[in-house]
This record gives sequence, C-alpha cells and structure tokens, in this order.
Amino acid sequence: MGREGEVVATLLPQFQRLHPDIEVRVQQLPWSAAHQKLLTAFAGEATPDLCQLGNSWIPEFAALEALEPLEAAVAGSRVVASADYFPGIWQTNVVAGRLYGVPWYVDTRLLFYRRDLLAQAGFASPPRTWSEWRQMLAAIKARVGPERYSVLLPLNEFEPLLVLALQQPDHLLRDDGRFGNFESPGFHRALEFYREAFSNGWAPPVENTQIPNAWEELGRGYYSFYISGPWSIGEFKRRLPPEEQGSWMTAPMPGPEGPGASLAGGSSLVMFRRSRHKAEAWLLLEFLSSPAIQRRFYDVTGDLPPRRSTWEAPELADDPYTRAFREQLERVKPAPRVPQLERIVTEMRLMAARVVHGDLSVEQGTLELDRTVDAVLAKRRWMLARGAGR
Amino acid sequence: MRAGLAGWAFAAPALIIIGVFFFAPVLGAFAVSLTDFDLYALADLRNLRFVGLDNYLELLESRDFWRALGNTCYFVAAGVPLSIGASLAAALLVNSRLTRLPAFFRTVFFAPVVATLVAVALVWRYLLHTRYGLINWGLGGLGLSPIDWLGNPHWAMPAIILFAVWKNFGYNMIIFVAALQSIPGDLYEAAHLDGANGWQEFSRVTLPLLRPTTMLVGVLTVAGYFQLFAEPYVMTEGGPLQSTMSVLYLMYEQGFKWWNLGSASAIAFLLFLIVLAVTALELRLSRRREAA
Repeated sequence: MGREGEVVATLLPQFQRLHPDIEVRVQQLPWSAAHQKLLTAFAGEATPDLCQLGNSWIPEFAALEALEPLEAAVAGSRVVASADYFPGIWQTNVVAGRLYGVPWYVDTRLLFYRRDLLAQAGFASPPRTWSEWRQMLAAIKARVGPERYSVLLPLNEFEPLLVLALQQPDHLLRDDGRFGNFESPGFHRALEFYREAFSNGWAPPVENTQIPNAWEELGRGYYSFYISGPWSIGEFKRRLPPEEQGSWMTAPMPGPEGPGASLAGGSSLVMFRRSRHKAEAWLLLEFLSSPAIQRRFYDVTGDLPPRRSTWEAPELADDPYTRAFREQLERVKPAPRVPQLERIVTEMRLMAARVVHGDLSVEQGTLELDRTVDAVLAKRRWMLARGAGR
Repeated sequence: MRAGLAGWAFAAPALIIIGVFFFAPVLGAFAVSLTDFDLYALADLRNLRFVGLDNYLELLESRDFWRALGNTCYFVAAGVPLSIGASLAAALLVNSRLTRLPAFFRTVFFAPVVATLVAVALVWRYLLHTRYGLINWGLGGLGLSPIDWLGNPHWAMPAIILFAVWKNFGYNMIIFVAALQSIPGDLYEAAHLDGANGWQEFSRVTLPLLRPTTMLVGVLTVAGYFQLFAEPYVMTEGGPLQSTMSVLYLMYEQGFKWWNLGSASAIAFLLFLIVLAVTALELRLSRRREAA
C-alpha cells in the first residue's frame, strides 16, 4: 500500500534469486482506497495471498474470518522470533487469543518539540510527567502571548486523546469489549487534561485542515509541542530551513506519573484464509521480516522496524531523532481490539470536540460516549453470546 | 389485443432495462434497510437479522440524523434562493445588450461548473484560511475581524453554501439565458411604448415569462441541494462539530466507513421520501399560483 508497495517491488528480485520457482505479483493500493478494496475483494472471493494490513484493521478482518491464524507457522519459524518484537506491537496482531499477523513496520506517536523555545522558557529537557508538561505548557503560553500556543492537538485527530487515554490503568472497553468504559476515572483524567489544554489556551481549538503545514508552523513557533509519528522526522528534515534544523527534537510521551505509553500503530503482514499458496506466502513473509531486509526497508522508506535486532543497525541506533522512538516502542499499547474500533475512536473524538467547545462537561461527555459505544457494540455482544451458545 | 401486445413488445427492452437497473436495486436496497446488514453479515449471512422498521425508528430517535437533516435543510433554504438569484442575475447580465463580450462572460461564469470539485475546493480552502486567506484579508481591509470560516461551527456552513453557490450557479444561468432569449423582443418594445421603466419591464414581462423555467430550475436545484455531499466531504469532512454533516454524508459514513449497510439504506430511503415530498409540495404551490 502506498509507498511501501513501491519499495517492496524493489526488494523482490533478491527473494526471487532465493526462490526462483515462486512467482510474485505485487498489487499496489493507495491507502485511501485500501480498506474498501480489501473488503470488496473479500466479498468477491478475490483476496490476495499475502497482504499488508494496518494493524487496527486486523480485528475487523479477523471477525470476517478472512485471515489465516499464524501461531503454528511462527512457532516453527527460525526467522520470525516473537520475543525479538516489541511486545505492544506484537499484541496488536493477537485477537481473542489467536495470532493473525506479523508486524512489518511500526508507527507510534510521541512529542516533537522546539528545544530553543523550551530552553527560553527555562526548561533544559523535555517533560517526563504530566505535571512537568503542564508547567511547560503554561510557561510557554505565558511567554508567547495570545497569538501563539504551546501544543497542537488537532480536534479532528483522535490519536492525541487516545494516547492520553491509553496511558491510564483503565481499559477503554470492559467485559471483553462488550461495553464502553469511558466513565472510568482513568478516561476522566485523560479527557480533563485534554480539555484543560484548550481552556487554558495552551492548544488552539483547530482542525488539521486549518493548519496546512504543521511542520512549518512548529518551525515558526506557532506552537512548541506537536504529537506526531515517525513520518514527521523526514518532513521536518525536508521542510525546515537549515538554520532551524537544530531547533527541533523528539521525546517520548510524558505519562501521568512517569514516562508514558503511546499507541501501537503500524502495519502487519497477514495471510488470507482463502489463499491457495500459503507455504509460498509464508516464505515471502519470512523474507520481508528478516532484520537485514527490514533494515534496507527502513533506509528507503523511513518506516520504523518492529524488531529490536533491526534497531541495532547504526543508522537507527545512532540517530538522535529516532532514539526517542526506540524508547517509546518499549512502551506502546494496542488500542481496543474490536472490529468497531474506528467507529468508537471517531465517536470519542466528536465527543471530545464538543467538550472542548463547552457544549458538554467532562461528565456529560463520558456518559454520552458510553451510551453511544454500548449501542455500537450491540451486535458484537449478540455475536459473542451466540458464539458461546453454540 | 394484438396491437397491445405489439406495444408491450416494443416497450419491453426499455422496461426490462428500467426494471433491472432501477427497480430491482431500489427494491433490494429497501429490503436491506429492513435488516441489520453489517460487517458480520458480510462474513456470514447467518449473522443477518431481520429488524423490520427498527433502522428507521433508530434514525428518527438519533441526534445525528436530526442534526444532519437540520444542516441539510439550512443548506437548501439558504443555498437554493441564493443560487437561483445568482444564476438569474448572471443570466440578465450576460444577456443584456449593454454587456460587451457576452460569450466571454458566459464561459467565465460557466467555468466553475465544469471545474473539478476537488481541485477548486483546495483553492477555496486557501481562500477561506483564517490567517493567510484572501477573504479574511479582504475583511481586514474593511476593518472587520478575521473569521475562522472552516473551523467555527457557525461559519462553516455559510462557507460551504458560498462555495456551492459559486460552483453551481453557472449551470442554471445557461438555462435562464436560453429562456431569456426565447422572450420575444416586441413585448419589451410594447412595454417601453407604454412607458414602463427598467424595473417594471423586468417584473411585469421578464419574470412572468420566466416562471416555467424558474419552476424547473427550482425543482432541480432543490433536489440537487438536498443531496449535499461532495462539498463537505472535501472541505470539512462534516466538521467542525458535525456542523456541515449532511444527510448524504451521514449515509456515506454509516455505509462505507462503518459498513452498517442496513442503516445506510434506511437513510437513503428517508432522504428519498423527503425530496419526493418537497418536490410534490413545490409543484402543487406553483400550480396553485398559475391557477390564481
């Protein structure tokens, strides 16, 4: 999919030298159409053998019974060693106790910040806890005045709030994903912190469509913190002028009490159940999962590898910008693994925007969100009850 | 009898095509709207449940549906008169004997209709930008404070209306131009001889003779504007705070984002009934006015 699809095509000749008897045909899909295309392919019984799948889609395709479970293949593999993978990322592929994918590359979100602006406000290092972060946000806002802000939290992105919520001990759903758990004290804390960031003027109440270029705006100092993923490293290097290059840095997410968790995102490689070439597909999956190939893949795409051994490569281990990601990846958590995840986080985002605009209080918002999510999960409850009855 | 048969035989190809490509899908969609067809049903049809009118009842109780319907009605109520007004004004300008280069202006006014929506939406997003946009720069020149067009829930819909009117008025303008050209010149001459001024000519000659055209344009525009989708899809994604979420956008989300095809089909049928009712009302009103 997207850029990864192009790069895979360049890695394939090496695979074909190893396995001249296997013919591989690569089909590239744009990300924006991939989800729908794959569902259509499933309905039309034309699914591929091996496929890249965003790891948040895995529960959905597992519910369709479209994916091949991989525990046995992994247990017998000398290449795919589950202990070498970051545990949070590995977990995104496990649905109801079964393994449906092998992580291919990882995405997680952390802080991009302006070192110079933080230093001017009197802070030598980035925040490790929410209380340190609060102090910095307030101090920066006091310095920059009403026209500028401390942090960008786009109201049409669910990820920042989801990260804050994942840092809490309470799960977002309860009873094995049967009901929402947004009235928990943990989610309250996360939403309260989020609301506070806007009501104190630390974050501008905008959507990312109103920030045409989030990287240049950080360079201009419109805000000093930006929660984003690994792709932003390349964007900052490319878009900021040379004299501003020394001013930005990455840092792991601060947490409520100490270093915090973040979201385990990224893509996995999955095999479809209807495939008639499973043995061959597994060989290709192993090839793409080997540390040497993953390293080449990183060099070309900048997509971060999911295996600790790949991270020993000097271009990853010695890069000051990826170091924070290395640390963060040990502390990533999967989002709730239910097929309705995307709907749930969208409802969460809409509710949070109403809280930020003052239409709802935190209490009203969480209450209403639980009610909405419970309705969204009604069919899942019915399915689970029926599965237990059979 | 045989003539009747022959008639049916001649009509059969068209009837079959209409049946297969129109009535069958509509009936199928109606059947789907009575079920809870979703992702689980896609996996295994045994997970499909017949729910009767529950989808409809749920929609009628849901905040999102009324919100979307309210937004759509706002768009229609404000957008249609503005759009038709702009079309008529442009048609009068283009048709006026005083206008130079009428063909040039016809092309310019028609250009937005044929321009790709996504491309012009991108340009409009820049025009409407809070800090760098040309429109706020103009407002600033008039001494007004900048408006957060696409970020403020109160201004997002006006911005969408403005964009939609600009995008669409050229189409109706062409219809009005054709109608204006079919008004005989001697009527204006007669009015002129009777001492009518420009406004009287317009209100007593032009408008009455344009009435059938206005009616047609009105019905088409209302039906089209109720199906608001592409503008919010590319400009605001239904936001901020769902202030630009239209009924069709809600249907798209339910159907193609969340795969609740049962609920999405129910939305489609409700919208169909609403448009049907409004169009019937329009036709009745215009007929009564003609009778009067």
